[in-house]
Amino acid sequence: MKTLLVAEYRENKLLESIYECYGFTKQFASDIVVFGVGISSDLPQFDRNVKFYFADSSKYGEYNPDFHKSLLIKVIEKEKPEIVIFSHSSFGWDLAPRISALLKAPMLTEVVEYKDGTFVMPLCNNKLRRVAKTSGSQIVITLQGGAGQSEKGSVTPELVDIDADVVSKYNFVGYEEAEKKDVDLTKANIIVSAGRGVGKKENISIVESLANALGGELGSSRPVVDAGWVSHSRQVGTTGQTVSPKLYVACGISGAIQHLAGMKKSEKVIAINTDKDAPIGEVADLLVVADLNQFIPVLIENLKK
Amino acid sequence: MNILVCVKQVADMEAKFKVAPDEKWFLEDDIAFKMNEYDEYAVEEAVKFRESMPDSNLIVLSIGAERVKEAIKKALAMGCDSGVHIKHDKEYMLDSYSKAYAIYEYAKDKNFDIIFTGMQSQDRGSAQVGIILAELLGIPSVSTIVSFKYESGEVEVKRELEGGKKGVVKLKTPALFTCQLGLNTPRYPTLPNIMKAKKKSIEEIEFSYSGNLAETDKIYFPEKKGGAMIIEGDPKELAQKVVAFLKDNGLA
Ligand SMILES: Cc1cc2nc3c(=O)[nH]c(=O)nc-3n(C[C@H](O)[C@H](O)[C@H](O)COP(=O)(O)OP(=O)(O)OC[C@H]3O[C@@H](n4cnc5c(N)ncnc54)[C@H](O)[C@@H]3O)c2cc1C
Repeated sequence: MKTLLVAEYRENKLLESIYECYGFTKQFASDIVVFGVGISSDLPQFDRNVKFYFADSSKYGEYNPDFHKSLLIKVIEKEKPEIVIFSHSSFGWDLAPRISALLKAPMLTEVVEYKDGTFVMPLCNNKLRRVAKTSGSQIVITLQGGAGQSEKGSVTPELVDIDADVVSKYNFVGYEEAEKKDVDLTKANIIVSAGRGVGKKENISIVESLANALGGELGSSRPVVDAGWVSHSRQVGTTGQTVSPKLYVACGISGAIQHLAGMKKSEKVIAINTDKDAPIGEVADLLVVADLNQFIPVLIENLKK
Repeated sequence: MNILVCVKQVADMEAKFKVAPDEKWFLEDDIAFKMNEYDEYAVEEAVKFRESMPDSNLIVLSIGAERVKEAIKKALAMGCDSGVHIKHDKEYMLDSYSKAYAIYEYAKDKNFDIIFTGMQSQDRGSAQVGIILAELLGIPSVSTIVSFKYESGEVEVKRELEGGKKGVVKLKTPALFTCQLGLNTPRYPTLPNIMKAKKKSIEEIEFSYSGNLAETDKIYFPEKKGGAMIIEGDPKELAQKVVAFLKDNGLA
């Protein structure tokens, strides 16, 4: 099966996600071609020679959907791949549906696994899984981080230059860096995180007191940060920090994929949740089915003993 | 300004799901439904924008069974002017492309200046409908926005990237934006506004497009991989078990 992998560059740096896409395709693909808009001094390297359709970012700049779309469609028309694979990143989930629309080819989002000849996707905040039947001869896929084993080699690909003449109404102005962090969670041995299950701002202090009792740092899931209850530097997940402490305690956190991506490398995980089916159970060692606001004070009492 | 906001009604993600016998979806009997969280941000942004543009019209659109009228009514109570319900009893059997196409069919001759959608739904998480709709309409779109500013025909938005980084994008209307969590603080509909919303019209359209590119084959619960030891019961006993776990692992 011919598979086209889409490499992502940001600020003239190749992102490592291409190696995960490459590793993933080992399960089914025979023929691989790669596409990217980047710089020729930073090319991906694989364990064999592949064709790399390359456009120079000095001409096309940072990600612009119109330019990337036109260049990529040219490659697809030429190579006629059966599968086009993107990493499920802010780049991939933006560009992939545009390609799906232009090709009128089915798109499978956030694939987590290749199993029995099908691509598996999460459903309902990761509680369920879904597989789909697709029509036509081409499909477009975005891959969830961790779906593939990263595979890197030492063979520099054969470059094929591509060009497109496009005008775009989309004007990329520049990047805005993340806020300065007031705490570095990546260095913490113990993190106790508060999720939406805390219910209200005042209850953050309950979770914080458990963090103190255990000698750890307070972390959080995203909704708690969006609500302004906790600063962004404490957010764990794809749009926050990636942590790997000795102990991670998830209080009132359901275990969405984007949160798990930031904490699944923790050595031990304890979850406190009223829902015993919460997907956080997939990565937890211990799931305490309890109301955190009632349970945590009792736990702190017992820790003092 | 002609504004459209598209919303989906989804199951409460904390519900106890049971897979339906045909394995295509879950049983809906005991499930509470609500507006997709991402769409609440889209509605709020649309309403805020509409309020800043007195001569505007803001339409909320949803595809699905009769129950999705509740989500439309909520958007009307939040401040949308009127609703459109594209009727389909088994919305869950439709793929993103055919939903985008159905909205395109409705929107193509309406000259919307700005369209808002959520960046994805909580159930399927496909993040496709908004962008495909924009591609079909031939208008530019920006996904995952966390900031939106409008000034005389030009929009400046910030796209969320990884790790807290953002990309700033400028473009002219017409354009479509998919909204990310945290874009704003969605309002709660007040009782007077809920009453007022009852008088607002909801146009009904039959869903006619049949062009699924992908169809759900099967849904299932993931195998528990080793998984957590689950403990329930008296808080004191639970606390003792947690302390024992911590001590066993040299963590307390
Ligand atoms: C592009 C993108 C990036 C994202 N980035 C991130 C990220 O970096 N980090 C992140 O966390 N999320 C991120 N998200 C959001 C993510 O998808 C989830 O929406 C989010 O993680 C949910 O947070 P939560 O678990 O706190 O809330 P919910 O999913 O609402 O879960 C709340 C949990 O609390 C439990 N609960 C309720 N009451 C109680 C109680 N009294 N006691 C105990 N338990 C209780 C419930 O059973 C439930 O399991 C991102 C989403 C997208 C689309």
